[in-house]
Amino acid sequence: MIKINSKNVDVFYGKKQALFNINLDIEENQVTALIGPSGCGKSTFLRCLNRMNDVIDICRVKGQIIINDFDINDKSCDVVRLREKIGMVFQKPNPFPKTIYENISYGPTIHGMAQSKNEMDEIVETSLKKAALWEEVKDRLHEPGTGLSGGQQQRLCIARAISVKPEVILMDEPCSALDPIATAQIEELIDELKKDHTIIIVTHSMAQAARVSQNTGFFHLGELIEHGSTDKIFKNPENKKTQDYITGRFG
Amino acid sequence: MNLILFTFIVLLGFTSYYFGRRKAYTIQSTNKRLTALPQFYGYYLAIWCAIPAFIIFSLWAIFEPTIVKLLILSDYSNQGYLDDELNLIYEKTKALSRGQFTGEITPFIEASAEKYLSLRSIAQSSKAVIVLSIIIASVAYAYKKISSNSRTREPVEKFLKVVLFTASLAAILTTVGIVFSLIFQTIDFFKVIPLFDFVFGTHWYPAKAFVRDSSEALDPTMYSDTFGAVPIFAGTFFIAFIAMCVAIPIGLMSGIYLAEYASVKVRQYAKPLIEILAGIPTVVYGFFAALTVGPFLKEIGNSMGLDVSAESALAAGGVMGIMIIPFISSLSDDVITSVPQSLRDGSYAMGATKSETIKKVIFPAALPGIVGSILLGVSRAIGETMIVVMASGLAANLTLNPLESTSTITAQIVVILIGDQAFGDPKTQAAFALGMSLFLVTLCLNIVALRVVKKYREKYE
Repeated sequence: MIKINSKNVDVFYGKKQALFNINLDIEENQVTALIGPSGCGKSTFLRCLNRMNDVIDICRVKGQIIINDFDINDKSCDVVRLREKIGMVFQKPNPFPKTIYENISYGPTIHGMAQSKNEMDEIVETSLKKAALWEEVKDRLHEPGTGLSGGQQQRLCIARAISVKPEVILMDEPCSALDPIATAQIEELIDELKKDHTIIIVTHSMAQAARVSQNTGFFHLGELIEHGSTDKIFKNPENKKTQDYITGRFG
Repeated sequence: MNLILFTFIVLLGFTSYYFGRRKAYTIQSTNKRLTALPQFYGYYLAIWCAIPAFIIFSLWAIFEPTIVKLLILSDYSNQGYLDDELNLIYEKTKALSRGQFTGEITPFIEASAEKYLSLRSIAQSSKAVIVLSIIIASVAYAYKKISSNSRTREPVEKFLKVVLFTASLAAILTTVGIVFSLIFQTIDFFKVIPLFDFVFGTHWYPAKAFVRDSSEALDPTMYSDTFGAVPIFAGTFFIAFIAMCVAIPIGLMSGIYLAEYASVKVRQYAKPLIEILAGIPTVVYGFFAALTVGPFLKEIGNSMGLDVSAESALAAGGVMGIMIIPFISSLSDDVITSVPQSLRDGSYAMGATKSETIKKVIFPAALPGIVGSILLGVSRAIGETMIVVMASGLAANLTLNPLESTSTITAQIVVILIGDQAFGDPKTQAAFALGMSLFLVTLCLNIVALRVVKKYREKYE
């Protein structure tokens, strides 16, 4: 089933066009990987999906991105609700300089999701459990989140993202600042999370894309060159450029 | 004479630089490898030329008067003169030798004046000779070093290090000197006025000390109830409080606006404009407070049936607050801007609005830095003088009514030290005691502020 349907998406930074006519469908409850060389626009596309490009003054987005039969670029779209439904995990772990508990309770608080302290405790616990961090931090929930290791911080950020029960989680190179062990933990987590969430992950590592994703889109110079099932993209790409990139001839 | 010698040394220094460098090129032309770039040879020679000469020159300037004085006064030794009388004789001698003496000329003094003149001329010429021979000797030594192509870069670098060290030492020593002079005078003050009376007394009336005839013996009891500093401490903190009530909200809000809401273009113009406020001399703020704000408040107050003094704590504190706005807004703007963008992104991505993000993520993250900026603002407010002197009156009332006039530590120091002062008088020393208290308060505030700011820097990484 299609969760996100993007039609003719163009993105401009000032006068420079960063994305050209992107048409990409994202399958529900699957992991979609976006790969491509640096500066190809894959992160820009990812940020279109929860309108994070609004934060950048000079950025303009054209075209339609339809989620649950609703165009998120439409004027009537409430960005606050949209971002509640579509969570995001960033390249560098960015826990707030608050306690672990407050990091998780931040989203539920601003969206008024918990009526009582008990409910909030429960949300914090489930989120941390889902992010496979509960066992490591359950005794120090009220210590600062910035005191955790890099891999733990990134799982804290994932827990923070899932605390508001989003339908989609966007991940922008979530493992690029982590060591191999932490990376393996996160990849395992991504596999778990896809039961409840649709996941879109931008990655530089083709091995990672092959390991975690069911679908892959290959971007190059702002264009979506090819997309399809990960198996097909990696074993039998249609486009010459895709093949060259996958086999490591450029990028 | 001294000026000529001085210029001569400088010129010689430049010439040595030129010759040193030329020597380096000569060495280079014989296909020998230089141990440093040619200009280091020049610097080396110039330093050896000028520095020993300057050292001798300054030592001479320090010791010459003392030695000359000793030689002159040796004629008068064992004649039973007191130290003060000997000093007077020496001053008379100097005045006579300059032809400025108007009193009765005794043969003794006349002889001394002649001796003084001859000593001075001997001193001058021997100084020139010694300085020149030092230059020749040290330049010769350095030139030999250069010719044998020994190392020049290291000594030059080392010399630079010493120069920089001396510069920082000068600043530190000055501070230490000022603090010590404060301490000694303060101690003298507290020998006459008990510390308890100063810290807890509620009556400040230093004008009473004017009454004393300086030839009379000092009687501590007459100063009871004169130097009770409570009213002026209270006034200082009260006015600073009013100032911060104006400066913190406005400064903080404009800082947040500049950092988070203003477009690049608005920020580009608004920030320098706000910082212009910081460039206005405080004396201008002072007469703005005294001539515009004060009377304005009085008029408004009178129309509402309130009794407002033309010189009120409110006028002084309010204007002082305006003066402090740019400190707080500019510093908190910097602090807020330096909160990493990734924290903002994280918050926005959770669906937080701009104001929620500022309130819950950015402000707490920036809080230590903001507190630091506020504390710096407070120490400015406490140390501010001109506005208070001009706008808040000079009478030390113990009051918490912002519409009455009150006075501050700084204003009282001005009051005490304007006009004639006698050293060793409790009234003058009171200024030192006040200065000391002010110094301690602002020192503590600055230390706390720096601590807080430093702690903040370690926050995210």
